[in-house]
Amino acid sequence: MNPDYAGLFLALRPEAALVAGALLALALDLSLFRRSRAGVRLGAALWVGALAVLAAGFCAALGARGPAFGGVLMFDTLAVAARIGVLVLTLLTLGAARAAPPGRQPAEYVAMMLFAATGLVLMAAAQQLLLIFLALELASLSLYVISGFDRRRPESAEAALKYFVFGGMASAFLLFGFSLLYGVTGSIDLPQIAAGIAGQGSNPLLLVALVMVLVAFGFKVAAAPFHLWAPDVYQGAPAPSAALVASASKLAGFTLFARLLWVGLGTIHASHEVPWFAPGWFPAVAIVAAASLLLGNFAALAQSSVRRLLAYSAIAHSGALLLGVMAAGRSGLGPLFYYAATYGLATVGAFGAIAAAESGGRCESIADLAGLHRRSPLLAGCLTVFILSLAGIPPLAGFFGKFVVFSAALQGGLSWPLGWLAMLAIALGALALYYYLKVLKQVLVAAPVPGAAPIVVPRATALSLLVAAALLVWFGLNPGQLLGLF
Amino acid sequence: MSLLPWCIYLSLAGALLSLAAGRRSAGAARWIALATAAGSWGLTLLAAARFTPGPGMQTLVDIPWIPTMGVRYHLAADGISLTLVVLTGLVATSGVLFSWNIGERTGEFFGLFLALVAGVYGVFLSADVLLLFVFYEVAIVPKYFLIAIWGSTNREYAAMKLALYSFAGSAMVLAGLLWVYAAGGGHSFGFAELAQAAALLPRAQQIVIFGLVFFGFATLAGIFPLHTWAPTGHVAAPTAASMLLAGVVMKLGAYGCLRVALPLSPVGFAFWQTPIAWLALIGIVYAGLVALMREDLKFVIGYSSVSHMGFVLLGLAAADLRAVSGAVLQMFSHGVIAGLLFAVVGRMVYDRTHTRMLSDLRAMPLARLLPFAAVVFVIAGMASMGLPGFSGFPAELSILIGSWTVAPGWVAVAAVGVLVAAAFTLRAIRLSFFGSGEGAASQESGKASDHALQFPPITLAEKAGALLLVGATVLVGLKPDLLLDWINPALQSPLFHAVLKGGAP
Repeated sequence: MNPDYAGLFLALRPEAALVAGALLALALDLSLFRRSRAGVRLGAALWVGALAVLAAGFCAALGARGPAFGGVLMFDTLAVAARIGVLVLTLLTLGAARAAPPGRQPAEYVAMMLFAATGLVLMAAAQQLLLIFLALELASLSLYVISGFDRRRPESAEAALKYFVFGGMASAFLLFGFSLLYGVTGSIDLPQIAAGIAGQGSNPLLLVALVMVLVAFGFKVAAAPFHLWAPDVYQGAPAPSAALVASASKLAGFTLFARLLWVGLGTIHASHEVPWFAPGWFPAVAIVAAASLLLGNFAALAQSSVRRLLAYSAIAHSGALLLGVMAAGRSGLGPLFYYAATYGLATVGAFGAIAAAESGGRCESIADLAGLHRRSPLLAGCLTVFILSLAGIPPLAGFFGKFVVFSAALQGGLSWPLGWLAMLAIALGALALYYYLKVLKQVLVAAPVPGAAPIVVPRATALSLLVAAALLVWFGLNPGQLLGLF
Repeated sequence: MSLLPWCIYLSLAGALLSLAAGRRSAGAARWIALATAAGSWGLTLLAAARFTPGPGMQTLVDIPWIPTMGVRYHLAADGISLTLVVLTGLVATSGVLFSWNIGERTGEFFGLFLALVAGVYGVFLSADVLLLFVFYEVAIVPKYFLIAIWGSTNREYAAMKLALYSFAGSAMVLAGLLWVYAAGGGHSFGFAELAQAAALLPRAQQIVIFGLVFFGFATLAGIFPLHTWAPTGHVAAPTAASMLLAGVVMKLGAYGCLRVALPLSPVGFAFWQTPIAWLALIGIVYAGLVALMREDLKFVIGYSSVSHMGFVLLGLAAADLRAVSGAVLQMFSHGVIAGLLFAVVGRMVYDRTHTRMLSDLRAMPLARLLPFAAVVFVIAGMASMGLPGFSGFPAELSILIGSWTVAPGWVAVAAVGVLVAAAFTLRAIRLSFFGSGEGAASQESGKASDHALQFPPITLAEKAGALLLVGATVLVGLKPDLLLDWINPALQSPLFHAVLKGGAP
């Protein structure tokens, strides 16, 4: 391989813009805004961050296509769409962060978010085990830090610690799995791994590697039974951090997962007797998907905390997204991307609304949302759109996400386990409505508790909530706009 | 005809406008709601005047919507959908009139109300099954909030029950439809294309799919074991919402059964025909008996709705041309009559007396205090019993005649249901409006209580709304051909030919 560093830099302009933005935010905070109030420092850092993300977004939209740097990076449709999606979600998260209390180190917070975003956009394009691992670690370590950023609340530290311990273990699994893959196939490039595997039949070492990788990704995307960190992190982390963990990191994670499984491991054959288990990882992923759907939906029924409810709903959605990953072999990556991107918009919006609601008082349990329609019609309206989209009510994008993923999963009919999983997911969707309506009941129906003050939403936050809601409506009315890309 | 889709857009615009106007002035929100509801109704009437009946749906709009999935934004109308959109406009307009007294969160009320109406129009005009499903779900969400925010008796429970039943039903529909769609290769959601795809599946699968889709829709139509959301929901809902629920939303379910489920799989239908008919019959008789026993007047009417919707389902199950056209006529008729009954009970009586208990009402000389309400309630009751001269008569008659040719045994049971309906209606009329004097109270104290009970007079808005509905039921009762001339040609379309039997009516 003849390294082409100029080409590499051109391909990675978005990452460069993000890193430069992070450093600039830190530098400005240390020089110009050194003596300013925390609110001003946060505002300045967020502006710098937003501009950097915008610049990165333009670079990603206009930048390289096709393989870069000898196939280490792959800028295909999915990668470019996911990179832009991650950047949009990051931008919305920065807007939501305006409503959160600034803390003592606002610029560091923004910088860490940008580093996380850097890792996430790299993940979306990585096609080589080494880069995959590095990108994943960059994103994860930054996310651990921002989960624990609120030093006044012990829950935040607990969240970070749990996330770190589980995440670190997942990384170890992943590395072990990767090393086995390398050992078996002699390569770290996904396409060559696929070629190497093709001739192997059912090699037990390969299956061990496969299980290791699946466990690790199960942790990363919060799929049951590897979900244990998710409720605590969603509950304890500062709301903007949780927004990033739940949205952009999900989108990038699933993009990478789909690429790893289909490009790298698509040729594993576990069993020649059962034809519908075409790739060997199918049964394992199907079990994880079913477990996530069941556990997420049933556990969410019992939650009284808004954030824990969103966490369990995220686990359920992970199950549906795994269906999308499995169906991608037959119907392409369009449904998966559509689902992940619109799900990200809805969660980033929901956590943004929670961040704004927290600035006006407690927002722990669902009952704390009572009378939100009086306290802030804007928040109530936007939150209604986000929750209804998560519940999959047309004409919002969440419905079409389900529609495209489930119909892709049903392509093989019911002789394929995927079809049964889709049926299960549809049935559980009706159940899910109960807990989503429980939230909306407080938001729109219940009267505010006496003495609850109106909530003032900062302009940047209001704007990003409105943009997220508008995008959900827009992509719901025009699903073809995203689906047509693929 | 091409004006017709604007009734959807106009209602949606009205929803947004009255939501916005309601933040400033409740009066403006009311007038905007009335103007857009009446305007949409006017559009449907205009379209009806220009309509030339014929088999098959006449396309209004047809553009690709989700090209990669083969989904089209395809709106079309035939006589059946036209009948039902005219009904929707009528009930929506009178519903706004009967909600004139909503004082709390007025703009939001009318916003949700009109959003629901827009969804209903959309369902009746959709010629693409996914589009129909989208509008169907759009219509469900506002119901929850209308009941939970402005409702009465046990409203949060009733609203949640209604929403969960509705969504469980629509999940069944979605599962069945996606199954067929995927089996057909995922190219189209057109009625004919789905039917073709279904025909290629094995018989057992067709039976399951038909069951999913039919019973999913029938949940909303109040089919027997799945009907329990209806009475609680109707009782808890504010007047206009019960009018829409019983009058129009239950028709969505029946319409889905007729338009989507029946043509989807004749094989599946053949299997389910008898069970559906018996469930419908059980619903007719059982709900009628419950209505005979209930103490709360609104429950009486709620169960009577289930009983009357049983006739619609029976007509569909008979799959005879006359029975099905009778079923569509019954949808219209019941929409008007149920709207009227709920208007009298919920708005005219309950908002003034603050009780719906028959035992309380019989102690009041309501016929003297609210003569207009009494007259309207008697008319509505007679229409509901199916007396000649009102719309219920031709509708139930043609369902019964049509079913007779299929299975006389069904008609025998349904006839019992007609008797029960007469019994519970008469009981309700007697106890609610003409009950005074039955107690031990002397004439003197009766007069004294007359003075103590002074109710605000019936408002102009209420009178206007009631007259619209009474006029409609009498008009269709005297000249059912008005609607049958639209409905019958529509049933001649090739899609229905596969399931319906019987010659020209």
